[in-house]
Amino acid sequence: MNDLFNSFMTGPDENGRFGDFGGRFVSETLMPLILSLEEEYEKAKTDDSFWAEMDDLWEHYVGRPSPLYYAPGLTEHLGGAKIYLKRDELNHTGAHKINNVLGQILLARRMGKTRIIAETGAGQHGVATATVCAKFGLKCVVYMGAHDVERQAPNVFRMRLLGAEVIPVTSGRGTLKDAMNDALRDWVTNVRDTFYCIGTVAGPHPYPAMVRDFQAIIGKEAKQQMLAAEGRLPDTLIAAIGGGSNAMGLFFPFLDDKDVRIIGVEAGGKGVNEKMEHCASLTGGRPGVLHGNRTYLLQDDDGQILEGHSISAGLDYPGIGPEHSWLHDIGRAEYVSITDREALDAFQLLCQTEGIIPALEPSHALAHVAKIAPTLPKDHLICMNLCGRGDKDIFTVARALGFDMGDFE
Amino acid sequence: MTRIDAKFAALKAEGKKAFVAYVMAGDPDYDTSLEVVKGLPGAGVDVIELGLPFTDPMADGPTIQLAGQRALEAGQTLDKTLAMAKAFRENDDTTPIVMMGYYNPIYSRGVPKFLEQAKEAGIDGLIVVDLPPEEDPELCIPAQAAGLNFIRLATPTTDDKRLPKVLQNTSGFVYYVSITGITGAASAEATNVGPEVARIKASTDLPVIVGFGIKTPENARDIASVADGAVVGSAIVKLIEEGKPVDEILAYVKSLADGAHSA
Repeated sequence: MNDLFNSFMTGPDENGRFGDFGGRFVSETLMPLILSLEEEYEKAKTDDSFWAEMDDLWEHYVGRPSPLYYAPGLTEHLGGAKIYLKRDELNHTGAHKINNVLGQILLARRMGKTRIIAETGAGQHGVATATVCAKFGLKCVVYMGAHDVERQAPNVFRMRLLGAEVIPVTSGRGTLKDAMNDALRDWVTNVRDTFYCIGTVAGPHPYPAMVRDFQAIIGKEAKQQMLAAEGRLPDTLIAAIGGGSNAMGLFFPFLDDKDVRIIGVEAGGKGVNEKMEHCASLTGGRPGVLHGNRTYLLQDDDGQILEGHSISAGLDYPGIGPEHSWLHDIGRAEYVSITDREALDAFQLLCQTEGIIPALEPSHALAHVAKIAPTLPKDHLICMNLCGRGDKDIFTVARALGFDMGDFE
Repeated sequence: MTRIDAKFAALKAEGKKAFVAYVMAGDPDYDTSLEVVKGLPGAGVDVIELGLPFTDPMADGPTIQLAGQRALEAGQTLDKTLAMAKAFRENDDTTPIVMMGYYNPIYSRGVPKFLEQAKEAGIDGLIVVDLPPEEDPELCIPAQAAGLNFIRLATPTTDDKRLPKVLQNTSGFVYYVSITGITGAASAEATNVGPEVARIKASTDLPVIVGFGIKTPENARDIASVADGAVVGSAIVKLIEEGKPVDEILAYVKSLADGAHSA
């Protein structure tokens, strides 16, 4: 029922707005580049040869389509709704991030850019960017908060193996938001030869729409796969949200399927009611302008941005993609939060019931599945995006569980 | 006519170039910062750019980033920055003050309320780095309607096709960013800047002032000689960072102003 006049899938408008959110809040130096990127993307979007190249790389390099896996152990354990996992953790490089990176790097090549920069939190986007740059012989520089360099050492090593330069960011407090600031500073300095490969559905227009379109492959596949498996659409979609790219990728193709309930799970850290020790921008923030877009942000009364907290480096960001802010305000999607503790429990639950080690990011989504599945009937279909694998997180989890890894760490 | 328009008209009549100085409000603390700001006109500063501290200054280099952090740690807020302008106005009703910063603290206050308070505090113009012409309805147009100048940045990437759009709703003066980069980075070269300023001046009657990468009195003179004036920020803020006494800071500002005025 795609009623054109009531579609949720037509955004953003020509100014890059989803309702009041989004926009192009960047310095003048970057503006011409952002406009030419938009032009290039609009051309590529309707160019069959662009998508043919994407499809080929998705299939043979990334390993798409990723399976939609019915999780019998988890379903039985929870004793309610039937749970399907969209296995984007099986992608090359271990997460959904590469779906988007391939698209942006193909665009960068079309634009004649020779140097790629990226920001990374957990390191998954950095690894994906370093990987694709290695494949195409492009110079790659990754900005990563000094604190994240420390807690995600395996990914730092991976990026360096792949030939990327990893720059630990010490400005501000040395987290993902500061890495994004330094990436923007690099971009403004090297604007003529450099392409900024943003890892999530945030930043100035056209990034939120462009990254969403690249990640929407997740939802398109899930829709077909669910129809093939069950002969109908899922009842509920669930995905974790930091900036929100894996969630937007799963949700977008279902936005006009009004009977599908959509739930985004933010990182509740130590609890949303405590003094901002969380990253739940929608639950605990208010609208503001940062990193090129208007969206919900964690900020103080004076408009200064606050540092969030999450056990998961990939969710540790004080903002969220503008399209999520819009979906939240119009009520098309629901947003909830899950604490560090709940995510850790869910992490172990999936290891034990399915033999799958999830990343800490989708463990938040999983924790919400564990909360609601027992309350739902057995014919209720849940589709959750398992957007990353947990190899990178074993040290963090070991530490949190009090397990001494000794010399292995 | 704003204080900015009046100042540039007077400079033009005298055949003088403008010297613009940037300091971060509240750096390293409110009282020291106010003392520096009050001393700027006596040191030859024609226009004061008062930085509004922000946690995430994406277009600034390390010097101004740290200045913002010092100010915020010392308790600087938007209210205190407005109070500082007001305190300055008690003894000086002619030197223009341009508030320079990022949009979120202003948006957070609410644009109509902010404009009323800025006007009342004696602020004459705004430079908001993350508001390009594409976002003019946000603040630029309401600010002009409230009688404040909205000063836009033009950059080396602003090509001829885009220039009219950048100039369209600009008032007071045009701030030409001499390099593609962040504040306090590479040095600006007058030989590169001159033709760019000429290109902009061919499309506007507004004064064109050049900033970013100007560090010494000689730089200031060279750049001012090919434009209507020069801005220095990081080189002054650096002295504040080093904890230099206020009279020493102002003496250096005077040498920069003399440099620009000798052009």
